[in-house]
Amino acid sequence: MPEGQEGLEELPAYARSLGIAVSGEDAGMPVLTVDFGPMVEGRPAHFHGGATAGLLETAGYAALRTALLAAGRDPQLKPINITVQYLAAGKSKPSFAIGRITRLGRRNANVTVEAWQDDRSRPIATAVMNILMV
Amino acid sequence: MTTPPARFDAREASQWFFRHGHTGWLGLRFADQGDNWVELELPWREDLLGDRSRPVLASGPIISLMDMASGMAIWQASGSFNPVATLDLRVDYQRPARERASVRGRVECYRRTRSAAFVRGIAHDGDPDDPVAHVAGVFMTIGADPREANPALGPAMNGGEPDA
Repeated sequence: MPEGQEGLEELPAYARSLGIAVSGEDAGMPVLTVDFGPMVEGRPAHFHGGATAGLLETAGYAALRTALLAAGRDPQLKPINITVQYLAAGKSKPSFAIGRITRLGRRNANVTVEAWQDDRSRPIATAVMNILMV
Repeated sequence: MTTPPARFDAREASQWFFRHGHTGWLGLRFADQGDNWVELELPWREDLLGDRSRPVLASGPIISLMDMASGMAIWQASGSFNPVATLDLRVDYQRPARERASVRGRVECYRRTRSAAFVRGIAHDGDPDDPVAHVAGVFMTIGADPREANPALGPAMNGGEPDA
């Protein structure tokens, strides 16, 4: 099964319901995207911070799942914590996010995630996640 | 202090806030409020699950719940509806929510300066003494924005630009 399709199947009900999808991959990690629409809108014509966090978190799990599959591991993932930094307003256009595994241990992983819109070099939000693997 | 009718009231504002957009889609509901805190409820829903193996709410909607409760706690504490932008929000997950349980988010604004507001709170699924998560956050106040034509639609809980 191709990488992208595997990643897509990993997306939880919440992510699919919010309209998050895999749009491609970069350096072996899935790029996730969500279109702008009422379901993600906070103040008029802008992303709600919670929706942005949902995209970041989903991209973080997708990245970790991808790295684990590559290592032949399939543990259950449990969130320990997430810290989200909001850098710029999310405007009424698609957002993208990709995760990077900063540290993959035996019991826990540290994942850094970035979200952007038009310009990959100007992120709208970043997140750091610690995830427990059991 | 302003007179009661002019003061921001989370219960009243909830009637408008949760009709539209992301928080409307999540189905957030007002639960309770105090001078500097607000409690909202995220009802359990099948399509908000985060894990195929267990009927437990995903953590994403819980962040949305806490973000919204944070903003409303700030307005409740300040007494006025001035746009704020999330700068930093941290969620520490203590345990999964119980199966098929709604989650409540209670956030207090414990400190406001001219440009920042600090919040902390818990998410719980029935017993506030046994929280699902703890949160801490910092928001920037961005002043009255004339572009906010309809205040009911303007919970600026979207990570807006602090310098906007």
